[in-house]
Amino acid sequence: MSPWLIGFCVFFAYPLISTVYFSFTSYDGFTAPEFSGLKNWSYVFNDYPLFWPALRNTLWLVVVMVTCRVVFGLGVGLLITKIKTGTGVFRTLFYLPYLAPPVAATLGFVFLLNPGTGPVNSILGDLGLPTPGWFTDATWSKPALTALAVWGVGDLMVIFMAALLDVPKEQYEAAELDGATASQRFRFVTLPNISPIILFAVVTGIIQTMQYYTQPFVAGKVASGVMGGSGQQFEPGYPDKSTLTLPQVVYNLGFQRFDYGSACVVALVLFVLAMAFTALLMRRRSGLIQAGE
Amino acid sequence: MAQTLDAVKTAGPATGPATPAERVARRKSLLNWIAVHALGVAAALFFVLPFVFLLLTSLMSDQQALTRDLWPHPFEWSNYRRVFETDGFLTWWRNTLLYAGLGTVLTVVSSLPVAYALAKFRFRGRHLSLMLVISMMMLPPQVVVIPMYLFWAKQLDMSGTLWPLIIPMAFGDAFSIFLLRQFLLTIPNEYLDAAKVDGCGELRTLLKVVVPMAKPGIAAVALFQFFYAWNDYFGPQIYASENPGAWTLSYGLDSFKSAHHTDWNLTMAATVLVMAPVILVFFFAQKAFVEGVTLTGVKG
Repeated sequence: MSPWLIGFCVFFAYPLISTVYFSFTSYDGFTAPEFSGLKNWSYVFNDYPLFWPALRNTLWLVVVMVTCRVVFGLGVGLLITKIKTGTGVFRTLFYLPYLAPPVAATLGFVFLLNPGTGPVNSILGDLGLPTPGWFTDATWSKPALTALAVWGVGDLMVIFMAALLDVPKEQYEAAELDGATASQRFRFVTLPNISPIILFAVVTGIIQTMQYYTQPFVAGKVASGVMGGSGQQFEPGYPDKSTLTLPQVVYNLGFQRFDYGSACVVALVLFVLAMAFTALLMRRRSGLIQAGE
Repeated sequence: MAQTLDAVKTAGPATGPATPAERVARRKSLLNWIAVHALGVAAALFFVLPFVFLLLTSLMSDQQALTRDLWPHPFEWSNYRRVFETDGFLTWWRNTLLYAGLGTVLTVVSSLPVAYALAKFRFRGRHLSLMLVISMMMLPPQVVVIPMYLFWAKQLDMSGTLWPLIIPMAFGDAFSIFLLRQFLLTIPNEYLDAAKVDGCGELRTLLKVVVPMAKPGIAAVALFQFFYAWNDYFGPQIYASENPGAWTLSYGLDSFKSAHHTDWNLTMAATVLVMAPVILVFFFAQKAFVEGVTLTGVKG
């Protein structure tokens, strides 16, 4: 226990307290931190142009991306339990994209969805469908990120698959005897049985969305390079702040503007949001946590 | 006539090899099979086609990658050699192996005793400790990054290296602790008691009894930690961005695109080279998991 206690103090408790302290100081890393009261807080909430767009994007991603992932993950999990031939092959193929390193997967998707010559738009164009600008268009960048996230749905698929196989068979048989149709069986037998897992997937999805960094950052950086020249500092959240998330705001304030105090304000907002959902998760999953007592 | 009809009815569908009702049911299940597998193939295409397009583009010439062609002509296998010859690519590879390899070993060694204590010891504050582990697990790394960066960069002068990412792993990782604890809970206490009766101290019990029984759990944690370090972008960006000699593959990869401007073929070849090891490790480890599970089943 004790090395971990040291780790806990040095890498968690101390930095957390420091974050609170720095949020009330002006600090650029060169001159000593100076107490400045609520100045950083008011700057972040009132004047800093990237905070509210980042929060709005996070809300969008929570509503659309998390929902799409859960629905799609459940659908694919359900499909896998129905497939009788070549189940192992299908399962591996479905799971594989989840393993793709995020930077590599994002680069791949920026290429696949690049508006001019990307395979996706080539095919859409051949079919006479509209060809959006995806990562280069503020309306389409978040749907493109959602597509990337849905592609890597393998983790949820496995969780749902296990949950679906745990549903007692007798309940299906009983429902069938009562003349329930397939959709009624899903509605009245499957859903009530797996609802705790759905809740778990939604809450962990929300917590992951709070931390969502690599994919939007890399997508914005690479897509902006495709459009403009190289060399110049890329605009955070390209295109038009549409891919900004809270962690990127911490990075922008702390490591591009060297305004450590304001960066800590955003970090604390992130902390409060993440802990609120973690508390929800712990209350709901206390069975898991207390197992073996 | 009526009698025979009645006989058929009472015999039910079980005896007659092809009553109409049975034929309908069989056709229905065949249609069902076709529908399910067609959906499966469609889903498989969605999951696999992106990989196929990346691979194909990685084998095109510079010019062809900028066209709408989908099939390489001719196949430019030399793209892969050119990626390896790019400045820094081999260094990034080495750094990634250091970060992922050493980090994984340190994490497992430091997390296992904590997980063991949380799973099997009864002490004051045990529940609170577990709550703290879970909170740390859920904490976005950006929450504490400013003080951590100032600590490593300003006080210990370690920015430009990967050590600020590797050293903390020697002090336990919340996610690994949690996962190992869940696994250790499944080990019956009788085994531990037996070891103690035989005169084993806590450390020997851990090494001689717990470690062999927890192999699949340890393998899973090692795998997760290896993937975490391999995929980490934010960590190397914060601590190593100023020194290209300390970059990892994940961090170097997106600069690859800017360095090569519009060379999608080389960028995709590099992307494939970053994805491939993870997928290979998974295939090998998948077998190890199955073996681990089987072994414990035989022994148990």
